[in-house]
Amino acid sequence: MENQQKDTFISKYKKLVKEKGFFGAYFTLVLQSKVWGSVFRHGFSDTPKNRMLKIVSNVFLHLHPAKVKRHAPQFKFTWCMGGISFFLFLVLTVTGILLMFYYRPTVHDAYWDVKDLEYQVPFGALLRNLHRWAAHLMVITVWLHMFRVFATGSYKHPREFNWCVGVVLLVVTLLLSFTGYLLTWDQLGFWAVTVGTNMARSTPLLGHEGPFGEQLGMTSHNDIRFALLGGSLVGGNALLRAYVWHCIGLPIIISVFMMVHFWRIRKDGGISGPL
Amino acid sequence: MGNSEENKEKKGRYRTLVFIKGKTYAKEKDLDISEGEIATWPYLMRKELLAAIICTIVLIVWSILFNAPLEELSDPTMTPNPAKAPWYFLGLQEMLVYFDPWIAGVVFPMLIIAGLMIIPYVDFNPKGNGYFTFKETKFAMLTFCFGFHILWILLIIVGVFMRGPGWLWFWPWQEWDPHRVVAETNYDLTSFAGVKSDSFLGFMLGGAVVFGYFYAGISLPYRFLKRGKNMAIEKLGFVKYTIVAFLFLCMMALPIKVFLRLALHIKYIWVTPWFNI
Ligand code: HEM
Repeated sequence: MENQQKDTFISKYKKLVKEKGFFGAYFTLVLQSKVWGSVFRHGFSDTPKNRMLKIVSNVFLHLHPAKVKRHAPQFKFTWCMGGISFFLFLVLTVTGILLMFYYRPTVHDAYWDVKDLEYQVPFGALLRNLHRWAAHLMVITVWLHMFRVFATGSYKHPREFNWCVGVVLLVVTLLLSFTGYLLTWDQLGFWAVTVGTNMARSTPLLGHEGPFGEQLGMTSHNDIRFALLGGSLVGGNALLRAYVWHCIGLPIIISVFMMVHFWRIRKDGGISGPL
Repeated sequence: MGNSEENKEKKGRYRTLVFIKGKTYAKEKDLDISEGEIATWPYLMRKELLAAIICTIVLIVWSILFNAPLEELSDPTMTPNPAKAPWYFLGLQEMLVYFDPWIAGVVFPMLIIAGLMIIPYVDFNPKGNGYFTFKETKFAMLTFCFGFHILWILLIIVGVFMRGPGWLWFWPWQEWDPHRVVAETNYDLTSFAGVKSDSFLGFMLGGAVVFGYFYAGISLPYRFLKRGKNMAIEKLGFVKYTIVAFLFLCMMALPIKVFLRLALHIKYIWVTPWFNI
């Protein structure tokens, strides 16, 4: 009696394996399991309903609407530039976090940590290259995205506000790139940031060399450049400030604005198109 | 009262009359896709995935082939010549040749940001919304392309490739000579009229030129268009028109100053005790 029951229990699986092969049986069992069903709540047959469920039952994919305008996925319309900018941002986040494991933002260590990344850390050079090139590429793709949005007139009603959100994204992208430039603490980054922040000296009213700055009591020790650098020279404080802005402040800001950007695309009626 | 409610309810009810065994003609209601629409899965998703894969491959190959730059340890006492800002800001740095830092480094960037944000609120042209067109949006496109491609991108290219020691012009095939000296004397605009630019008269004269530029640049086209009963000006209104014209004039100030410098060796137009333009 007991033996018989066991037999049928095993033979059920035997039959399945015979029918679908080992992997086939394995996947069938996984897909039918309660665990799988609790995670993914849609079937896999290619029906319109499943197509929709795949998007709306997934928190990441439901950034998209379940259906889009016919021209929206076309490369010749969007140039893919918004999406690629976002993808590059994700790449930068992942590689950036990995870089943070090896990098200390102090005058004493920063440069040598980068050297270590290049020569000691396994795949460190690749990691650093990926982060650097993706950052440069993102600046370019964001510019191209802006140009595409302008050329298709997609900033017009009802997308005025999203265009402004985009301008903020553009500025923050540039600031992220700029703050990252200093972190290697080599001649290139150091002087680029020195040249860049020297401009802040001449901010009207707020800089000590700017129009009316002197009259308002600005000196090199209390003007806006001092606030940016945490000193009157690019030094350890500036490095730390660049680091904190680069790794925490600006990423949070850009994430918030991206959330608004993507949400507004949908609220503004999806991707623009001929009316 | 109670009766009529009962009737209402009854109207909406169905009763089983008969069972028929067999396949049903009823279908699960699908999301209705109209002519102009397409399912995100798979048509958009697969393109996004493809784009992500291509990007990843390009990035990895690029990163294996080319190392990110890393120069010697920074040294505050060793200023490189030239010291260049990151490439995406070289347009601004290039402007430093023609304008003082408070304009090139602070005011212009702010005007660019403000100008970009203002675009959707002053562009009343309902055409060209959501498709590529040049014909229907000529003025907008020309202005934007001039600002973006010429003033921004071209200046970056100049800054990256053409500028050597002393921020002097070197062609990419020329060797950088750190000792090259270019004798160039620049004059302030008022000295052409025989007035010293830092004198009171020079101050008044320079100021008049700057204000005159903006006043004439804003009011003359306005009067002209108004007289011609131009539709654009009617729709825009005075305030928006002034903003657009002001930003446009600021943008054009750059090529004008470039021309004045290169052709006439003019340094400043207006010299004041506090700032120079
Ligand atoms: C970090 C930077 C940015 C990211 C990740 C991003 C992402 C996106 C994405 C994925 C889209 C969907 C359509 C497409 O791919 O073209 C989009 C649309 C849009 N973006 Fe951006 N964007 C960024 C910056 C900008 C900038 C700089 C602007 C303009 C100044 C802008 C303005 C817009 C507008 C108006 C739309 C709607 C376009 C339409 O409906 O056709 N975005 N953005």
